[in-house]
Order: sequence, then structure tokens, then C-alpha cells
Amino acid sequence: MPLGAYLTLAALVFAIGLFGVLTRRNAVGILLGIELMLNAVNINLVAFARFRTDLAGLIFTLFTISITVAEVAVGLAIVIVLFRVRRTVEADHLDLLRG
Amino acid sequence: MTGEMLGFAAVAVVLLAASLGVVLTPNLFHAVLYLAAALVATGVVFLLLDAPFLFGVQLLLYAGGVVTIVVFAIMLTERLVGESIRQTSRYLINGAVLSAAVFVGVVGFLVQMPAIGPRQAWPGELTALLGRALMGPFVMPFELLAVLLVIALLGALYFARSDT
Repeated sequence: MPLGAYLTLAALVFAIGLFGVLTRRNAVGILLGIELMLNAVNINLVAFARFRTDLAGLIFTLFTISITVAEVAVGLAIVIVLFRVRRTVEADHLDLLRG
Repeated sequence: MTGEMLGFAAVAVVLLAASLGVVLTPNLFHAVLYLAAALVATGVVFLLLDAPFLFGVQLLLYAGGVVTIVVFAIMLTERLVGESIRQTSRYLINGAVLSAAVFVGVVGFLVQMPAIGPRQAWPGELTALLGRALMGPFVMPFELLAVLLVIALLGALYFARSDT
């Protein structure tokens, strides 16, 4: 398969993830959309690394995967705390910082 | 129609269907299961790109770790309210228009992209090359990553502590 096929697939997954982030009301749902977008970026990195025979892309992917896992752990911890305090995970109701 | 083409088409269909499931299903728990399918399908894309080590990492960290954490979080928050969380969506049309515009924009760049040649073989065993690169030119970010993971661990512990 040419490089363009992989990049188009990644762009589609990225757009779907963006749709999820924009339309979900639930904070956990938004996090799942972000996961999809990061995953699409990983596909791009690996595809470029493979077609250019450049190791840096694969190393970047290892780093993004590890950092994403840390991000999800902290993000969900925040969601649980929000749930304890506000009894909701609806992003629309979490407006404490609104001026 | 080569084997790689067939494999790519199959995994692309699975990946796109699972991704749509993540953003469209009303049940949050089902969305996590679709996400697990999407993550495994992404791992198979890595396999098609001759990166078996990344496939392993994807399965262990993403499909294993992230999905477990999210399922835990859903169970915990559901127990706090005592009802299953439905999730509704809003701004469906705006979101669809915006993400379609982003997709069209990216594809606009893709069609102008100069052709990048056919794949060449890696100069050696890929996993060994990755290990040498991580301990060689990339050792600094690698160690920083360890620090980041410790900080994330402590942060999550701090957030999740009990009030007593």
C-alpha cells in the first residue's frame, strides 16, 4: 500500500475522534475521543517512519503511547474527583471557572 | 490484489467501524469496548507497517492499560450515583461539519504531497535498532519519560486519595 493510504486512514480516524470530542457531553466520552485522535497521530508517525526508513518516528510513537497512558490515568483521576465533588461528569455543568 | 492490500482493507474497515462506535454509541461502557477494538486494529496497522514491537507495546499499554483504567473509572463513578451513565451528544451537525472540514483540509495536503518512495528494508533487526536508539541518541527523553511517569503516578494518587 502507498503511504497516502495509511495517511488517509489516519486522517479519517482523527476526524472521527474530533467529532467525538466536539459532540460528547460526558467527560469520559471526551477522553475516549482524544484517545482516538492520538491513535491516528501514532499511525501517521509509524507510516512516515516506515516509508522514510527513519527510526525517529517509531521512537516518537513509543513516547506518545507512554505519555498518553499517563495522561489517561491523571485525567480519569480528575474525573473521579469531579464526580465526588459535583456529582456529575457532564462537561457542560463543570463551569466553576466561568467568569 | 496482494495480501497486504487485503489485510489493509480489512483492518481499515474494522478500525473505522470501531471508531464510529466509540463516538456514536450512547452506552459509555460499549464505547470503551469499541475503543479497545479500535486500539487493537491500530496495532494491526503497525504490524502491516513491519513494526511488531510497537504492536506489542500497543496491546500492553493501550489495549491493556488504558481500557482497564477507563473501565475502572466508569464502574467507580457509576457506583457513586447508583445508575448507569448514559451519554448524550450535542451539536451533532456542527461537530460533523467541523470534523469533515478538518478531514478535507488534511486530504488537501495529502494530494499535493510529493511521492515518498517504496519501502526499503531496515538495516538490521528493528527491535534491536529501537533499543540501541533509545539507549543512544534518545536516552535523554527516555529518562525524562521515567520522571514524567512517576509524576503522573503521584498526581493520580493525590487526586484519588480519600479525605480522611
